[in-house]
Amino acid sequence: MTDTVPTPTDAETPPTDPVQVDQNEAVIKIIGMHKWFGDFHVLNDIHLDVRAKERIVICGPSGSGKSTLIRCINRLEEHQRGKIIVDGIELTNNLKKIEKIREEVGMVFQHFNLFPHLTILENLTLGPIWVRRVPKKEAEETAMYYLEKVHIAEQARKFPGQLSGGQQQRVAVARSLCMKPKVMLFDEPTSALDPEMVKEVLDVMISLAREGMTMIVVTHEMGFAKSVAHRVLFMDFGKIVEENTPDEFFDNPQHERTKLFLSQILH
Amino acid sequence: MTDTTHFTRPEPETDEIKPPVTQVGVIGWIKANLFNTWYNSVLTLAVLFALWQLAPPLVEWAFLDSRWYTDSEACRTTDGACWSIIPNNIRFILFGFYPPSEQWRPLLAVILLVALLFISRNRRFWRKPLAYAWMGGLVVMGILMRGGILGLDPVESSQWGGLPLTLMLSVFGLTAAYPLGVVLALGRQSRMPAIKSLCVIYIELIRGVPLISLLFMSAVIFPLFLPEGITINKILRAQVAIILFTAAYVAEVVRGGLQAIPKGQYEAADSLGLNYFQTMRLIILPQALKIVIPPTVSVLISAFKDTSLVVIIALYDILKTTQSTLSNPKWMGYSTEAYLFLAVVYFICCFFMSTFSRKLERELAT
Ligand SMILES: Nc1ncnc2c1ncn2[C@@H]1O[C@H](COP(=O)(O)OP(=O)(O)OP(=O)(O)O)[C@@H](O)[C@H]1O
Ligand SMILES: [Mg+2]
Repeated sequence: MTDTVPTPTDAETPPTDPVQVDQNEAVIKIIGMHKWFGDFHVLNDIHLDVRAKERIVICGPSGSGKSTLIRCINRLEEHQRGKIIVDGIELTNNLKKIEKIREEVGMVFQHFNLFPHLTILENLTLGPIWVRRVPKKEAEETAMYYLEKVHIAEQARKFPGQLSGGQQQRVAVARSLCMKPKVMLFDEPTSALDPEMVKEVLDVMISLAREGMTMIVVTHEMGFAKSVAHRVLFMDFGKIVEENTPDEFFDNPQHERTKLFLSQILH
Repeated sequence: MTDTTHFTRPEPETDEIKPPVTQVGVIGWIKANLFNTWYNSVLTLAVLFALWQLAPPLVEWAFLDSRWYTDSEACRTTDGACWSIIPNNIRFILFGFYPPSEQWRPLLAVILLVALLFISRNRRFWRKPLAYAWMGGLVVMGILMRGGILGLDPVESSQWGGLPLTLMLSVFGLTAAYPLGVVLALGRQSRMPAIKSLCVIYIELIRGVPLISLLFMSAVIFPLFLPEGITINKILRAQVAIILFTAAYVAEVVRGGLQAIPKGQYEAADSLGLNYFQTMRLIILPQALKIVIPPTVSVLISAFKDTSLVVIIALYDILKTTQSTLSNPKWMGYSTEAYLFLAVVYFICCFFMSTFSRKLERELAT
């Protein structure tokens, strides 16, 4: 169990960042990766190294390939050229390796994708029990631990349909965490939520960041990017156009397209 | 836990406004449901008129003037229904040519089967012991029907007939066809072209021919391909034909359910690292099969009734035994009564299935 990890008592004030990015270890390495949907070149020569405990925010206009990029990392989409190496394993057609990587990479979707026929608790224990082969009792304890963490332990016996969007998304985060992943991918986790629920999900993500989780987050929540990201990537037309620290990225964007994009979403 | 509560609304005041009362007694109900518009009023009156015309003669025929436990002579003296045909021939109708002295055996087998079905209605019992009970039940039923051991006289399967035959053909036919149909539906969705086309060809071929022709094939053509000296039980062959036929229909219904599952469910399962079989068994099928309970039950009900088609390969199911009774000169002419009885038997079984399906739907609703 991860009981030893300090739980932040207040998610509002992140002045100092106790988490140190491990400069040596690249958890994800993407080298010269291309992807096409038919004739459409969605991802064009992507290079990206993500180090342990690093937090990356990806933004960019709709259709620029952000989702596709992070979905390639756990092989929900298949890339056609270049290499993707996750946790030392290269992604190929080898099903066993793909499943291994998926065990280590958690993913949170825009539309939650909880399993509606299972209770919240069953949603959380499914992966650990069937994939990690954890005994049921232990899996349930872990599940309750993470449900506490996302503040919905009292909903454990309910079904997803009985929860609000924000609660469902927090359950989805907890479901991924129960697998004890090395990396978490977030694909616009707050963009399907009503405004008043965005904060509760972001708070959960911020506290996750404080505990040293490696995260790749596709989001348009620029406040989150500023306070949490180590690096911000800007994508357009399938390319990583700009890549910088949040301060530089927001205060001093280099490319015209980045400037245009920022002016549109920040005004 | 504190921060989940800050959006909840305050408790409502105690003197809540009640929903308006729309149904005031019987009169209110009649007004609201039978005479709420002019065409509804016309319909109601028309139905009442039809009932007034039809019901009295029907009651007279079925109850007032009817004979229940008489011989056929007594029936000739009345215009009413001759229900006596049923009790007088009940043994043949229910058990066909099974030796009369041994008919307690199929009776026991049927009781066992019905009991198992009843227990299986309750989802709380869907555990390992029930599976063992079914296996044990099967063996006992087999022993009872066949005999040959434990001092029971052997009875050739060609002598089996009536209700046990109908029930066995249906229960085993449907329980085997359902999983086979699910597998075919999954196969049809497969990314592997060989498996996919095999399943498509199978489903389309089977759906393209009537059940009767399959039964004929199983009875007449199939044995031609067997090496000499080997015969496969005729009932078994009919059973296989029914299974293969029903499975194709189940497959298409299940495919509809699979298509209704959003892509996100597959992606969530994939992203957890579940493999194909786990994803199907734990995530996709439970949802897909639940969606298609109503059409599946329709398929199963019609398959149940279709088992009566085995008459054409000279198996004596309950339809055939009832029909045979009518060829007895003593009881000729009372086909209405006999077929009504048969209809009731079939209806009870189908009603059992449809109430079960509704119960299941209710229980699985989330
Ligand atoms: N399965 C698919 N088949 C064909 N084209 C696709 C498929 N999925 C995505 N695309 C196309 O690829 C492009 C990139 O899609 P992607 O979902 O990665 O964009 P995005 O940057 O995540 O956009 P958004 O902000 O709207 O989510 C889009 O033009 C989209 O139409
Ligand atoms: Mg997207």
